[in-house]
Amino acid sequence: MVKLSGHSNWPEWIYVGVVIALMCWVGAEAWEAERLVEHVPADVEIIKVVGQQWFWTFEHEDGTKEIGELHVEAGKAYKFEIHSTDVIHSFNIHDYVVLMDAVPGRVNTVWFAPDQPGTHDIQCREYCGLIHYNMRGTLIVEEPTH
Amino acid sequence: MVLELQKPRPIWQIMFSTHHTDVGLLYLILSIGFLFLGGALALIIRAELFLPGAQIIGDAMTFNRIFTVHGTTLIFLFILPFASSVGNYFVPIMIRYKDMAYPKLNALAFWMIPPGGALIWLGFADFSWYANPPYSIISAPGPAADMWIFGLKILGISSVLGAINFIVTILKCKHPDMSIGQVPLLAWSFLSSSLIILVAIPTFAAALLMLLTDRLGVTGFFNPAMGGDPIAYAHLFWFTFHPEVYVLVIPAIGMMYEIIPRFSRKPIHSYNSGIFAFVLLSIVGFSSWAHHMYATGMSFTEKTVFMVGTLAAVPASALHVFNFVATMWNGRIKFSTPMMWAVGGIALFFSAGAGGVANAAMPLDFTTHDTYWVVGHFHLFVMGTIAFGSFGFMYYMYPYVTGRMYNEALGKIHFIMSFIGTILVFFTQHVLGLYGMPRRVFDYPPIPEWIAMNQIASIGAMIIGVSMVIFLANIIHSAGKGKLADTDDPFGVGGKYYYPFEARNPSH
Repeated sequence: MVKLSGHSNWPEWIYVGVVIALMCWVGAEAWEAERLVEHVPADVEIIKVVGQQWFWTFEHEDGTKEIGELHVEAGKAYKFEIHSTDVIHSFNIHDYVVLMDAVPGRVNTVWFAPDQPGTHDIQCREYCGLIHYNMRGTLIVEEPTH
Repeated sequence: MVLELQKPRPIWQIMFSTHHTDVGLLYLILSIGFLFLGGALALIIRAELFLPGAQIIGDAMTFNRIFTVHGTTLIFLFILPFASSVGNYFVPIMIRYKDMAYPKLNALAFWMIPPGGALIWLGFADFSWYANPPYSIISAPGPAADMWIFGLKILGISSVLGAINFIVTILKCKHPDMSIGQVPLLAWSFLSSSLIILVAIPTFAAALLMLLTDRLGVTGFFNPAMGGDPIAYAHLFWFTFHPEVYVLVIPAIGMMYEIIPRFSRKPIHSYNSGIFAFVLLSIVGFSSWAHHMYATGMSFTEKTVFMVGTLAAVPASALHVFNFVATMWNGRIKFSTPMMWAVGGIALFFSAGAGGVANAAMPLDFTTHDTYWVVGHFHLFVMGTIAFGSFGFMYYMYPYVTGRMYNEALGKIHFIMSFIGTILVFFTQHVLGLYGMPRRVFDYPPIPEWIAMNQIASIGAMIIGVSMVIFLANIIHSAGKGKLADTDDPFGVGGKYYYPFEARNPSH
């Protein structure tokens, strides 16, 4: 093989080694974090979420239904079972990094545990047509009742 | 070479020519035309998002149509045809052959693009370039959606024909004295990207047909109401279009491999690592498609596999960056316009790659997915890297194509304004994504951070828009009135490289 510039290669090997090591570290950290995040606690309350063009409906375990607004209690863990009746939507509470697609024909789940009372935006993050931009809702986290 | 302005020919002679430089010129003109059409749509989008509420577009449907056609145009009708233009001009010369292997196929591949583009523009579909079912099946209004499907079908076939031509030209028509290990890196980039096209495109071609029959109601591949699965479409789409990202970026890297050593007045640091990185990228590019789909409800194992596949592409891209920096190291660099674009492009390539690592990490993806972060991230690739490499190469080939020099000062102003604009738009969009703004929205609530970020991005976009007007004025004016170029060494950097004007066009 003709050497084009007669340089030595060791800086390139070190550089590639550093990049590979960095990627391994990122991958391992991400794997560990995701494993913890996906571990659902045993005592979660289930909330059924239905996305349709262009609003969200919620159904609590006790049968209460809400449209566009979701009331939960701080300090409790909730698991969303996400359905869609028409096209793909994506259920998103950005402040709590809750994001999961609502896919017609399948049920996706994601869980979260609000820690502070307050209000947060709920939005759709997958393009779903004409009013996708306004497929928004409000999460209201209330003081614990007991 | 062409030098049309010195020895003019009737336009039909160029249009019906099959010579590689003529087809290259047609590709070049078409791609610049669509660059301005697609760019104008981008400016409309940014003007609309300058403030919450409807600004200049009356309704959400028009906005949705505009971002769909914006993306489709700039990917399929600017970036790909521009790469084909460079390949047509340079690949036959670099491998020392008189033309492409199949000249008529070459002209046919070009002439499929205008009807494909016309279908997309006359239809003006609204389902985004991703054409996400079941929305695209049950909700998207026709005939726009069907025209988009047929347009993409035609453009896909054109890509495959072009890819076959490049592969045969490079492997079978190279000079017998030249081994495959001596083919210049720009030609190598076309070999790798063409191989990716051949493997990747058929999947999307099949998905498009299924989408069409689903829309006609005769099948239900992706329609859950008929027992289909929309996630299957996502897999088919991204199996084509994640590797397609490398189809777009690899020729741009190849162009930088032509510009950087020349203006550093040094040979490339490591030719072999350039080839190695191209080949590696074309292989591992196929192991990462589902990182676009973490939020569709994939299992932990699936997500882990595709995260590892994605991170595996990083060392290959990093090798290119090392190669460029090592080539410039201790070089007598001349910062002419093409060199400025190439160096700016490498800097933004690095930034885009760093953002990509954050996306690939599973937990972080749930913060960034489908927000403006992603818009900023991939625009740093398509604008910051690919378009920057392409603009550098446009200036680089300009004296060879026209026989005249562009205005150097205006070329530098074009670069500086675009560089500042690109940073303002796309770095800001990363931050906007972290604040949670979803992509593909016509309007947004008046959250102060969102308004501020959108305004910075819109101002940056207008700066890019002005710089592109300067670019257009420069290339049109200089083509007729610019000073005559010294075609042996137009940039005054010495050395002998590949001179496209040495191509013998029988019409001249």
